[in-house]
Amino acid sequence: MPLMPVKFTLQKRVKLAQGLWMLYWASVMLGILIFSLGIFFKVELRKRSEMMDNNESHLVPNLLILMGLLTCAINAFGGKVCHDSLDPMKFSKWKPVLKQFFVSCLLFNAALLLVALLCFLMQFSVYLTLAEGLKYSIRFYKDTDTPGRCFMKRTLDMTQIEFRCCGNNNFRDWFEVQWISNRYLDMSNEEVKDRVLSNVEGKFLMDSVPFSCCNPGSPRPCIQHHLTNSSAHYDYDLRSEELNIWTRGCREALFSYFSSMMSSMGALLIFTIILESADMAGLKYLTTSLESMSDPENPECESEGWLLEKSVKETVCETLAKLKAVVKPNQVQEGGDEPAT
Amino acid sequence: MLLKMKFSQQRRVRLAQGLWLLSWAAVMCGAFIFCLGVYLKIELLCRAEVMENTEIHVVPNILLLVGLASMGTNWIASRVCQDSLDMSRFPRWKVLLLAWFAVAALLCCLLVTVVVLSYALQGRLEESLKIGLRNGIRFYKDTDVPGRCFQKETIDRLQMEFRCCGNNNYKDWFEVQWVSSRYLDFTSKDVKDRIRSNVDGRFLLDGVPFSCCNPASPRPCLRYQLTDNQAHYNYEYQTEELNLYSRGCRQALTDYYMGLMNSTGPGVLSVILIQVSVIVSLRYLQTAVEGAMASENPEDESVGYLLEKGLKETFEDLKSMALNMLKYAQVDPATPEASPEAEAEKADNAAVSLTPAS
Repeated sequence: MPLMPVKFTLQKRVKLAQGLWMLYWASVMLGILIFSLGIFFKVELRKRSEMMDNNESHLVPNLLILMGLLTCAINAFGGKVCHDSLDPMKFSKWKPVLKQFFVSCLLFNAALLLVALLCFLMQFSVYLTLAEGLKYSIRFYKDTDTPGRCFMKRTLDMTQIEFRCCGNNNFRDWFEVQWISNRYLDMSNEEVKDRVLSNVEGKFLMDSVPFSCCNPGSPRPCIQHHLTNSSAHYDYDLRSEELNIWTRGCREALFSYFSSMMSSMGALLIFTIILESADMAGLKYLTTSLESMSDPENPECESEGWLLEKSVKETVCETLAKLKAVVKPNQVQEGGDEPAT
Repeated sequence: MLLKMKFSQQRRVRLAQGLWLLSWAAVMCGAFIFCLGVYLKIELLCRAEVMENTEIHVVPNILLLVGLASMGTNWIASRVCQDSLDMSRFPRWKVLLLAWFAVAALLCCLLVTVVVLSYALQGRLEESLKIGLRNGIRFYKDTDVPGRCFQKETIDRLQMEFRCCGNNNYKDWFEVQWVSSRYLDFTSKDVKDRIRSNVDGRFLLDGVPFSCCNPASPRPCLRYQLTDNQAHYNYEYQTEELNLYSRGCRQALTDYYMGLMNSTGPGVLSVILIQVSVIVSLRYLQTAVEGAMASENPEDESVGYLLEKGLKETFEDLKSMALNMLKYAQVDPATPEASPEAEAEKADNAAVSLTPAS
């Protein structure tokens, strides 16, 4: 008993072929979109790689690029088959490969599902990489004379300005590192010597933040230095001051940016899986209706199309039996040999 | 005849088809010009707060108008092409075509005007920016005055985005009080000294807001006591280049807008070329088809031309036509004056003819 059989007249077959052809080309467009989104994601990761200590994993964008290309290829092939389907001569040359095509479509859908899952799960990895990377960025902020790190200051400043954030968790991260290079510290100054001696590692620590933490929306000109000292500034109270500098941490800001990107890509991939399944179902109906034509010479005749030749359970049992035969051919032969002797 | 060409039936058909494609390309160009106008207008509106007047808006306004008009005109041209090979449908376009040529020529002139204006208005733009920025810097501190409370944020974001500081350079900030009096401790000696040091009683600093800071500087940004070399270790303000942005915002914004308008220059010029070729081709098509329709055998060869008579003669013709139209306006008032006199004369004659009878 075939699964979900549908009767097809010539008119219906033609309509199905045309509709399916357009659907396949829409899927090709979707493949191109996935490809370009993969490239965009890769470029964004490269741009922010300094914030992640060059440790970021490019697995997701690479897979997206690959999946995009595969989507284009498979759907272009499917479109070609549709295009040729109403011409019996052209269609006959595609008939032998159809079975392999369906199997590869199924595998491709499974791969898409895997990549979609990765898009959602790899967000954790991005979060951890960001936490580590930002910690090092803040530490190396002052090293503008060290080769390999001389642009860290500029990158971190631009990131804080662009993403409207300050520090790793919040602005207090800047109080724990020395972010002014020793080249600009007057070591003969009493105050400098006091600060350097006040901690074990001999770092010049301040309760100040860089200018890039300043919030332009504050009604007051930015207060960067002596942030914890309410009496250092006129009419200033640290606890109630909210608009002076950005309160959000850069890890949270960057993470929300990347996670929204990855989530939308995951959603797009799931939509692609649904579209691919619809394509596969349509193609199966089309090919079965063409193959089951009772009189191949007469194109006007009615035919029946179905999704599976037998019911789901029987098809699954058959497939498993075939797989077992492929995996264990020796055992079957031995069993066959015994009765002969 | 000016620049006449022979057109066989085959060539006429080819011309009509080619012109149909060209006019649709011209419609796309019209859409492109419209989008260009929209983009330029939005960019100018975004920064309207630092511009004192809106004179420069004439450039995107003309682009918007020309874009829309050009889309309509070229769509009409494509319809004319479609009907040109059908003898029954072409004559209805005859009257419209003269008006069409006038409108299309006007559009080309407007596009040339836009290109000229975008260069000519540079001085006015700079003036407008100079005054707008000066006001912006002056009102930077007025975050509690309604109508000016976002001036600070606007100027800060402008300086950060365009990497500039002040109007001409960073020293403009030394001449205004940019720290609001609400945040000044008037009991402090330093504040009192500074206020007394100038006639207007303003709190002037040799400091700049944080948005002037250059992130590419190897040193954490120095914002205050900029002219005092002793205030900072290893600092000399005469040789310090990377600490703050050296460019003024007026220069930065002018360069940005001029760059925008210059880059649209080649696009506009190529649109002018396409429009002119549509006009010329349509004129040839019109004259060739009319010539073919006028002859006994419509399938025969005909002659297409740009102008029926030479350039000078056509100009003379147009001049005399225009003068005739003016004269016709003058002749009209004369005739109602003549008629009451004529009627009075007729009445006199009638009276004279009556009296001898009695």
